[in-house]
Amino acid sequence: MKRHALSTRIWHWINAVSIIVLFMSGLNISNAHPYLYWGDWGFSPTEAWLAVPRFPDWAVIPGRYSLAIARDWHLLFSWVFALGLLGFMISALVNGHFARDLFTRAPEWRWRLFSAEVRRYLRFDFAHTGGKYGSIQKLTYALVVFVLLPLMILTGMAISPGMGAAWPWLLEVTGGRQSARSIHFLASFALLGFTIVHVLLVLLTGPWGQLKGMTTGQVDERGDAAA
Amino acid sequence: MQRRNVLVGLAALGAGGCSRIGETRGFEALVDGAMEWHRAAHRALAPGVSMAREYQVADLSPFFRGNGTTVIDTQRYRAHLARGFAQWQVTVGGLVARPLALSMAQIRALPQRTQITRHDCVEGWSAIGQWTGPQLGPILQFAGLRTEARFIVFRCADVLYGGRYYESCDLDDAFHPQSILAHALNGAPLLERNGAPLRLRIERQLGYKHAKYLTGIEAVASLEGIEGGEGGFWEDRGYQWYAGI
Repeated sequence: MKRHALSTRIWHWINAVSIIVLFMSGLNISNAHPYLYWGDWGFSPTEAWLAVPRFPDWAVIPGRYSLAIARDWHLLFSWVFALGLLGFMISALVNGHFARDLFTRAPEWRWRLFSAEVRRYLRFDFAHTGGKYGSIQKLTYALVVFVLLPLMILTGMAISPGMGAAWPWLLEVTGGRQSARSIHFLASFALLGFTIVHVLLVLLTGPWGQLKGMTTGQVDERGDAAA
Repeated sequence: MQRRNVLVGLAALGAGGCSRIGETRGFEALVDGAMEWHRAAHRALAPGVSMAREYQVADLSPFFRGNGTTVIDTQRYRAHLARGFAQWQVTVGGLVARPLALSMAQIRALPQRTQITRHDCVEGWSAIGQWTGPQLGPILQFAGLRTEARFIVFRCADVLYGGRYYESCDLDDAFHPQSILAHALNGAPLLERNGAPLRLRIERQLGYKHAKYLTGIEAVASLEGIEGGEGGFWEDRGYQWYAGI
């Protein structure tokens, strides 16, 4: 049984590498000035809404504090990440992946259905009938693909002074450069949270089959997945 | 070769692996390419000449912090500071038809532009200040750029970590309407920490491009052979030459 289209699989792994590199180099960039602000400006701890802890060397690229090298990685992989997402979105629109697997329909928006799904997940019962994904799963993936990932690109562009000059509306919609930087940081940790749950669910639902499904595209008849 | 290096390193996916890749020549070529893509995208995506956002007086930061060099501890600079920079000179030379030496009085006598802009440091912070000074473009025009000139190099009076500070930009940024030689911040002469008596404003790029304590402006055909050859003090230490990102 075919589980994932080739374009989905290629993007999944390119994206996995991209967000790991972007996250770890981003932590190093955060270490350069670990304070977050709202609005257009902010430069000292007294204006900060958050003093970010220093991230240890093992968590950052390139393994020690270097703003210059971290930026090299970050700005290189921003292209891989953004063009990868664009390619995936186009192919998922064309091949029907979005419409078939990710969009929720009105009948699915029932509190009773959601709570039943949550109760099943709490019993570690990840089998679901009909469709590839459960409703909560669809909503989570849609939130990541249509909100969080594009938000990383949007806020990343708003932080860049060259883009802020080319597209001034970036600063309007994000509430200013420092707000964009704060949102960029918050959304990256939301993605970290998603990734941790995602990986845990893969581990709980037969990691070998899941990895096979996302790599070769094939899956056993009874195989199904909450990840 | 480059791609293979990246793939091998990414397979390890440790930060240590990344630090090894980061030292290869192929990686350097890749990141330079990515930087060039960013620069090209910033130019291509703007309708016409993109302008950095200009703010209102109400948006000004209450204090404008200094970064990098904030004090120049040389007798020469201290003497200039004590005399109110009356004898300070900025030379305009290199590939120009008419080399110039401008005094601060002459710089203040040129047509002035005042702009309230946001200063973004590569570290991540931002401050908003009001800058006043003549546009760089007309000064270069008056000096008469020779056709071979492709970059403008800015020489500075400060020495940081044992290296002479300097910067450079392309002609696109040099002739940008918001590129000014600022001698005033928030209506008062520049303070020492902000680059007195004169600093560059190059508003679509990060703070390290905004060279302080200007002593010379030089038109060149290539950045090779100037200091570390990468086009700026921080660029020689690994930072991007195009700092609009």
